[in-house]
Parts: sequence; structure tokens; C-alpha cells
Amino acid sequence: MARALVNVPKRAHRGEVIEVKTLIAHPMETGYRPGPSGRILPRDIISRFTCTYGGEEVFSAELHPAVSANPYLAFTLEARESGPITLTWTGDNGFRQVETALIEVA
Amino acid sequence: MTGCILAFAAVLAVLGPSIAAAAEIAPPDRRSDTIAMSPALRAMQADDAANPGMLSVLDGEALWNTRAGDAARSCADCHGPAATGMRGVAARHPAWNKASGAPMDLTGRIEMCRTENQRAPPLPAESPDLLALSAYVAHQSRGMPISPPDDPGTAAARERGRRLFTARIGQLDLSCAACHDDNWGKRLAGSPIPQGHPVGYPAYRLEWQALGSLQRRLRNCMSGVRAEPYRFDAPELVDLEAYLMGRAAGLAMETPAVRP
Repeated sequence: MARALVNVPKRAHRGEVIEVKTLIAHPMETGYRPGPSGRILPRDIISRFTCTYGGEEVFSAELHPAVSANPYLAFTLEARESGPITLTWTGDNGFRQVETALIEVA
Repeated sequence: MTGCILAFAAVLAVLGPSIAAAAEIAPPDRRSDTIAMSPALRAMQADDAANPGMLSVLDGEALWNTRAGDAARSCADCHGPAATGMRGVAARHPAWNKASGAPMDLTGRIEMCRTENQRAPPLPAESPDLLALSAYVAHQSRGMPISPPDDPGTAAARERGRRLFTARIGQLDLSCAACHDDNWGKRLAGSPIPQGHPVGYPAYRLEWQALGSLQRRLRNCMSGVRAEPYRFDAPELVDLEAYLMGRAAGLAMETPAVRP
């Protein structure tokens, strides 16, 4: 499993705009680069990121070979209800990682 | 070929007027290279949730607590929690090693502990695990002033390092000092020339898309002036590290720094 850093405020007021910050360790190998042997290294990237909150997809992103290694994604959400915020990264070679952060909305 | 000539001409244009001067930076003028970085890069370094070097620091924390080698001991088994046991350690390396009779940098110290006390095979230079452990240990000194040891062995290494720092090398016939002592604060092509203080190593370099050691950075600059770089862990590189840490004495540690 890749190392991921997820930063979500633990508590928020209803209606408050919160920032979700995510960082995940991934080489994001483009598929265009020659390796030490001179052969092209096969592509190995994260191609999709989704965030669900309250059972609904609230944010998603498509990632492409030009995205740097260890992609950092930050976005904002409106805090509506307490519950888990689920973050999913999927990509080449069956890569799939799920991280969950709990938020308490008062 | 045209590129070579242009690059050379650019170097001459920047360094030409003051190419003869070679004075060390006066202590009150010494400052972290982070100041020369773009605001976006500084923000990335300052925010632990955005600093990609923190991924390796967390890997290092896991390794610190993992048993390894024939001794089946983890770093934590002997040293306890790194937050107390390793605080300030990176700020006083390279340090003199009595057993080998040579100065030893933090990476070398980790490798020595690994082979002698854990009885585990050494980790290859620049391998992710070795960088992660170094970054985790160095991170414990973040905010602490660099305080190099003043024993005669390290002092001699510093002096050898100073000579390497001021010696002209490579096809471009430049010394480290020609940029980082004489022309810091100016620009080389579009990039600012920093003073070159090793405050944040291992550092995450955007160009590398990864964390790398100070030795890797030094080798980078050597190939930049088209000199043949010393191999990893060569005594010359450790001497240079010793000189640079002495030159940066008093500046605060920043590991993991983010660099362009």
C-alpha cells in the first residue's frame, strides 16, 4: 500500500467550506521515459481520484502522464453532515487505494 | 553545440565581473536557501500536508520501529523514540568516527549502526529506505541550529572540504565558491543562485521527483560544471559535507526541504 497523507478538519460548522488536502506516494511513471537499460519504462500512473461524502461523489479528478510523482490534490467541500469522507485513487497495474477521514459537523 | 556555447556564455556573463573574488559569506549575511525559493515552493515546504518529503519521513518512522538483521533489533529497541533520542543528531553531523578514523555523515552513521548493531546488509546509496531513515532522523532536528562538532578530526575534514569548495573543476572551470560565495542572490539563467547551505537534506527536489541526499545534490552540481562527480560516500563528498555544515553553523535545520 502506498503512503498517503490526508488532511481533513476534524470538526466543522454546518455550511462551512472546508479544505481537503491529499498527498499520495506514487512514481507516476509517464510511459515515455527510457529506463537505465535504454528501454522505455512501462506507464504506471494513477488515472483517477474520487471523493465521496455522505454516500455521494462530491469531487473527482482524472490524472494524466504529465502529473508529477506523488500527486497532491486539494479541494473544498461544504460541510453538511457528520460522517466519513472517502478518498479513492485508482490507476495502472490494478492500483487502488482507499483512505477515509471522519468529520464531525455541528 | 550551440546550447553548450550559450550556456557557457551565460555562465561567463553572470560570473565574469567578480570571477577573481573568493571571500566566504560573512556570518551575519548567511541565510537559508529557502529564502531564495519561490513563494509557492516555500508554501509547499512549510505545509506538512503538502510537503512530499513528509511521505519519506513517515516511511522512515515505520522503518525506525521495524526489526532488521540477524540481531532482530529495531532502531527504537536501542535508541528509544526518535523524537527524544535523535533530536539534534543531524545538526552535528558529519562527526568524527573513532573506529574508522574518518569523518562520518548521518547516512554513514545509519549504515554503520545497521551493519554492526543490527547485523543487516547495508542499504544501497540513495535507496528509498536509506533516504527515508535519514530524513526521519534529520527531521527530529528541524528548527534546531546546525552545530558542527569542533574536534580536530572534523576540523581537518572541514579544511579539506573548504579546499574542494574553492577549487576550480570541470570543463566550465568553476568552483562551488564562484557561484555560492561570490554570486549568491544573483541569477544563473532564470534561477536564483542560493548560498548553498545544506539545511534541509535529505531534500525533496522537484527536478528529481523524489527525495535525495546532499551527496546527490553535490554530484549534481559537479556534473553541472562538467566535472566527474565523486562516487557516493567518497571521502571527498563527506569532507565537503563537513565544510558546508560548518559554513552553515547556526542556521536552522529544515529537513525535509523542498527545492526546485
